[in-house]
Amino acid sequence: MSDALDTAAKPIKKPKRVLPERFKSYKGVWVFIEHEHGHVHPVSWELLGKGRELADKLGVELAGVLMGGDGDEIRAITAEVGAHGTDLCYLAQHPVLHDYRNQSYTLGMTELVNTYQPEILLLGATTQGRDLAGSVATTLLTGLTADCTGLDIDPSDRSLLSSRPTFGGSLMCTIVNLATRPQMATVRPRVMPMPARDPARPARVVEHALQLDESAIVTKVLDFIPDARADKPQLPFADFIVSGGRGLGKPENFQLVAELARTLGAEVGASRPAVHAGWADAERQVGQSGKTVRPKLYIAAGISGAVQHRVGMEGADAIAGINLDPGAPLFDFANYALIGNVTELLPALDKAFARRLATARTQRAQAHEEADRGEV
Amino acid sequence: MHIAVCIKQVPDSAQIRVHPVTNTIMRQGVPTIINPYDLFALEEALRIKDETGARITVLTMGPPQAEEALRKCLSFGADDAILITDKVFSGADTLATSYVLAAALKALDAQDPLDLIFTGKQTIDGDTAQVGPGIAIRLGHQLLTYVSKIRELDPANRHIVVERRAEGGVQVLRSALPAVVTMLEGTNEIRFAGMPDMFRAARQELKRWNRDDIAADLTQVGLKGSPTVVAQVFGPKPKAIKALRIEGDTPEAIAEAFIDKLFTDFPQLEAALLEHLDQLGQQGVTQ
Ligand SMILES: Cc1cc2nc3c(=O)[nH]c(=O)nc-3n(C[C@H](O)[C@H](O)[C@H](O)COP(=O)(O)OP(=O)(O)OC[C@H]3O[C@@H](n4cnc5c(N)ncnc54)[C@H](O)[C@@H]3O)c2cc1C
Repeated sequence: MSDALDTAAKPIKKPKRVLPERFKSYKGVWVFIEHEHGHVHPVSWELLGKGRELADKLGVELAGVLMGGDGDEIRAITAEVGAHGTDLCYLAQHPVLHDYRNQSYTLGMTELVNTYQPEILLLGATTQGRDLAGSVATTLLTGLTADCTGLDIDPSDRSLLSSRPTFGGSLMCTIVNLATRPQMATVRPRVMPMPARDPARPARVVEHALQLDESAIVTKVLDFIPDARADKPQLPFADFIVSGGRGLGKPENFQLVAELARTLGAEVGASRPAVHAGWADAERQVGQSGKTVRPKLYIAAGISGAVQHRVGMEGADAIAGINLDPGAPLFDFANYALIGNVTELLPALDKAFARRLATARTQRAQAHEEADRGEV
Repeated sequence: MHIAVCIKQVPDSAQIRVHPVTNTIMRQGVPTIINPYDLFALEEALRIKDETGARITVLTMGPPQAEEALRKCLSFGADDAILITDKVFSGADTLATSYVLAAALKALDAQDPLDLIFTGKQTIDGDTAQVGPGIAIRLGHQLLTYVSKIRELDPANRHIVVERRAEGGVQVLRSALPAVVTMLEGTNEIRFAGMPDMFRAARQELKRWNRDDIAADLTQVGLKGSPTVVAQVFGPKPKAIKALRIEGDTPEAIAEAFIDKLFTDFPQLEAALLEHLDQLGQQGVTQ
């Protein structure tokens, strides 16, 4: 570990490539405001939080980019864009943009970029954001870094530093975009913290009239079938998560994770090997190729804490690990190490939590009763 | 009908080990596999072939060893395979990769016009999901990502209707051929290779295309054509303080000590937990 950290302390070495003159006028940080059926995806607000930080480091403005159909519903979103920390909001409304479609949104975004020339463009790594990001980057022939877990500015040349895990290794890498603008990156939901909302904060609205023609847009939306919300685990937004990993050893033991989760009203999470073994549903995988979570409490049972798992859960307020191995990498960043066998510690925790919660409830009930009596 | 499927050979991540001291990947002896997401694309193409008799060409950009992955695709039932390989292609990021694949697809299209191009939704090594969109843009084709189902395919009238996974539901899209489709995982299951196809796969000549075969502009390929570069590799930062080891002679004692400590360090947590459970109780949600 220390070897790798020493390298981290070294200055970043970039291959020499000069930014062409025509890109030097590119200024400002942009965030694509993603919405679907009137709902803004929270990842857009999270990105505005990070975008504010980057814009301040660069001494430039932060803008939200909002595209959509005609109507006040879309326009109303500009106020929220301001409330989440932007200086301005680019607004492009056109009937052709009523539903997200790759061709129309790519045309819109590339025209906006070419007109106003931002140096950085951030999008959520969602099905919509990834669809759009790859198309816009290729149209503009610029670099795009997917699924970043960290974003920063190199003060020496104002370039964007995008970090993400490297393949397979317990290592992270920093990727830079040498000679093209804008510098584009996608970030998954819940990776960046939600910024504080200030409803009094205004954003200038810059309206841009796009010349679009429905007859030139090949793909048509025939229907939208919304998901039945209830039957999908809401892992990314859960406050309490109990996750199990390969250390559980067998499917029966994974039940112990589910039992503790039930006592806590927590969602069940899993490492990739646990999903691969069929102990948990793929929807429940936490990590780089699963979900990113930010619960108040994350209990990791039989999970070593590999970097691909870590990037999905280190935003938790409190992390406890249950592991036979006190040297597990998880304990480099967890708060609590419970050393022992999952088959013993999970049931013990389950009982202890159940007892503690029961006591707390009784105390609360008594307190209420006393308060009620006091009132009479 | 002619369908192209773009695939990638990747290291089998389940078998990768990380060196405990240097934190780097130990690649030696790690077997390679076809990117698992690409198999959903291949199987979808094979199902279209079953129904319509379409021809399937699989393509990959990669080192000479990627031949093995292509032969595997032939054994599943693909008709033809093209290995796009040239040392100037190495070190490519997604922009340079989509350039090479699009150039190869153009060359293929000139020989035998393409109706559909499939890719997986992403790879397990790069995880970017950018190459499919890149190819579509470069070819000027319609892009249909995260497709969970092809509802209608009508080559005569040049149209396709698909179900596409969006964030809050499924979009049903009607589009035109030729289109680039990236398949969602879990939509189908790759078939078993049949004996005749296995024999054919072992013997069949593969096409090998280099920079000249795809008329590549050398400023757009490999490292040169890649705007993004890895500037630094580093270990994840440990927190300033290591995890606190909870002491106790028995699992029960550890559990009690942990909860005490947790609720002391995070004083709001107990109340939050109770409130959360109350809410769950009201909604009658079961785990
Ligand atoms: C491209 C890529 C993407 C990936 N994406 C993800 C991802 O999204 N999510 C993810 O989780 N992984 C992902 N991985 C895999 C990741 O690298 C690790 O292999 C994985 O997280 C390890 O899972 P684990 O901790 O359950 O298993 P292991 O690393 O095998 O750890 C098991 C742990 O259990 C402990 N243990 C064993 N028996 C017991 C016992 N009886 N009681 C208590 N403790 C015990 C062991 O000491 C060990 O620490 C990805 C890998 C790659 C290459």
